Formats: sequence, C-alpha cells, structure tokens
Amino acid sequence: MESSLKNMVVVLGTITLISSAAVGVVNMITAEPIAAAKVQAVNDALSLVLPPYESVVSQSDESDGVTVTTHTASQGGEVVGYAVESASKNGFGGAVRLMVGFDKQGRILNINVLEQKETPGLGTKMCDAENPLLASFKDKLAAEVKMSVRKDGGDVDALTAATISSRAYAEAVARAYEAYKVAAGLQSEANAVSGATQQTEEGGYDGE
Amino acid sequence: MESNVTTQAQPSKMEALRQKWALIWKGIIKENPTFVLVLGMCPTLGTTTSATNGFGMGVATMAVLIMSNMAISLIKNVVPDKVRIPAFIVVIASFVTVIDMLMQAYVPSLYAALGVFIPLIVVNCIILGRAEAFASKNGVLDSALDGLGIGLGFTLSLTTIGAVREVLGSGAIFGLSLGIADYMPLVFVLAPGGFLVLGFLMVLFNKFLKK
Repeated sequence: MESSLKNMVVVLGTITLISSAAVGVVNMITAEPIAAAKVQAVNDALSLVLPPYESVVSQSDESDGVTVTTHTASQGGEVVGYAVESASKNGFGGAVRLMVGFDKQGRILNINVLEQKETPGLGTKMCDAENPLLASFKDKLAAEVKMSVRKDGGDVDALTAATISSRAYAEAVARAYEAYKVAAGLQSEANAVSGATQQTEEGGYDGE
Repeated sequence: MESNVTTQAQPSKMEALRQKWALIWKGIIKENPTFVLVLGMCPTLGTTTSATNGFGMGVATMAVLIMSNMAISLIKNVVPDKVRIPAFIVVIASFVTVIDMLMQAYVPSLYAALGVFIPLIVVNCIILGRAEAFASKNGVLDSALDGLGIGLGFTLSLTTIGAVREVLGSGAIFGLSLGIADYMPLVFVLAPGGFLVLGFLMVLFNKFLKK
C-alpha cells in the first residue's frame, strides 16, 4: 500500500491503540491470578522448609542491600519454626535467592533455592534434592556450622567446579541465620555483627 | 478458502489438501528455520541446555508465530509500506506480552521454568522474518499453516539440539538421569558445546537433505 503521512499516522496509531488496549485488558484479567500465584508460590516454598503450621507472620528487613524476609510460623498460638527468605548477590550469574527453615532450637530443617541464574550443570546443582551444599546444613544446629566453604576454612562442602556459586549459597544461609537469631530473640540486631565474629572464632578450632 | 500461492484455477480437493500439507512440511524440512534458514540463533543457543527447555521455547515461539502470522495477514492490506516493520513489531510484541501474562497467571510452574525466555520471543527474527516473507503476502489460513510448519520445525530442531546437549553434557534426557552424569564432558551444556552441537547437526541435516 502507498505511504502518505496521513495514512501512516492513522494506521500506526490505530494498531498501537488496539494493541495496548488488548494488553491492558489481559493485564486486568490476569492481575488477580498472578498475585494469587505468587502468594501460592511463597506458601509452597514455606511448606517445604517448615513443619506443619496454621498461621504465619512475615516481616521484611534490608541487610547489605539484600531484602531478608522472616516468616514466623505458629500452630495453636505457639511458634513452631522460622522460614527466612534470604539472598546473596555474589552468585556466578547474579543473585542467589533461597529460603531456609529453622526450628525453635535453631536447627536447619531444609533449604529451598527460590531463584538462581548459575551455570547449568555446575552451579545449578544447588537446586538438586541431594547436593553437598544442602547436606552440609540440613538437620544441623546452625550455631555449630561454620558457614563458609572448606576452601575458605568453613564446614560447607562446595559443589564440584562451582566454588563461587557455593560461596553465594553459604553467604545467603549465613545471612538467613543472622535474621533468624534476631527473630527468635536470641540477640538484638546490634549484637548480630559481634555474634557472627564470635561464631567464626569458635568454628576455627574444629577445622579438620 | 482460496489460497494465494495456488496458481491453478481450480485445484481438486485432494490437490488443495496436498498443498496445505506441503506448506507445513516445508517449514520442518526444506525451510527448517534452524538448520536451513539459520534464523533465531540467539534463543537457539541460549535455551537448548536441555531437551525440556528447547521444547518449551519451541512451543511458545510456535504459538506466537501462528497468532502473529494470522494477525499480520489480516492487516496486510491496510498497512502502508513505510510503517510495515513498526506495525508488525507492535503486533508481535503485544502477542508475546499477552502470552507472558497468561502463562504467569495460569501455568505458574511452566512460567517459572521458561519465564526468562518468553520476552526473548519478541526479538526472535524468525517471527518478523515470516511476517515479512510470508504473512504479508498470503492469506490467513496459509499464514497460519506456515506459522505451524515453521513453528514445528523450530520446536523439533530445538528439542533435538537440547536432547543432544543434555545427553552429552549432563548425562540425562528430558530431565531423567541416565546415571552417567559424572563421565560426561560438561562443555556441551555451556556455550561452546552449543555451537559445536548446532554446527554438527546442521552438517548432518543438510547432508541428508541433499540426497
């Protein structure tokens, strides 16, 4: 079709209008299901790392530019566990976001990786059901694990050929533990830093 | 429906059906987007780390391709030549956005696996290429069939590349471990392996095509 200024403006304007209207309508229709799906995703992640619970109270905090969300789960008015959404910005392919479940005694129940962009086949093994990273933490008292990889003098078995990803994982779990300590009332936020230092010193003795 | 590619005045019913079938078939073999036209290499290399990812990307692209081909075929007579490309891009981008939102709302688990690839479909040159080369010159039904054919060709190619890379690189197929993961060269999952597999498959494909 021949182009003139008038028909170009009219046609392109009409197409843009119809397209944006269509996208707008679909957005209105899907806004609610998308929000529901996100809530569902958080609930699914929570049930993976927590014992059965009735209600959950969530609270978000910022630490080193990373948002840490603490979910306190209760059953029959009693706290049964804490799930902490934490992250590290130092993954090989960007941020590594995970959720760590603690029971009241500070034992790590489970860790679920929520988001990662690590190298397929190397760093992505952190999502596997059984991997050395998870095994280093699962069912252990958080206070007794020195949360850095063995190469750096810690207790965490790194993934083969994925030390940077493993460091990010350990860092995110350590950050989650700090948030857990505050939430569980083990220490006030001001003491968190000195607490971490102390833990490092303790851990230095049991390096094999 | 009268087909624009049909030059014969009154083809028999069988003949018409055969031509429609040829339209789909050519997208898979003679004009295979990956191995023959060599279009859309960015998503091809980026998403074929496993058979499942390649398949998902292929199907999502096919859905967009069929819809955009039909829409562009419908508006082809009212769009002035000089704003052809912007108009096509707006149509394609809208379809991709709609699919992105629908998947996020109704199949969140699939979206979680494919989410990063979906917006990439907008910049896949196969879509714009078919809009320009086919849909803007042919009828709605033929354009839909062309989209289906090229989409199937793309899906099959991506699934094949993904399967080869997954087996060679991580010793699994469609996510099922073959128990040989520790002995496989990981490079096939990474970018260099993607180029190697694509190159060798392209050679094989064209060797058999020539016969």
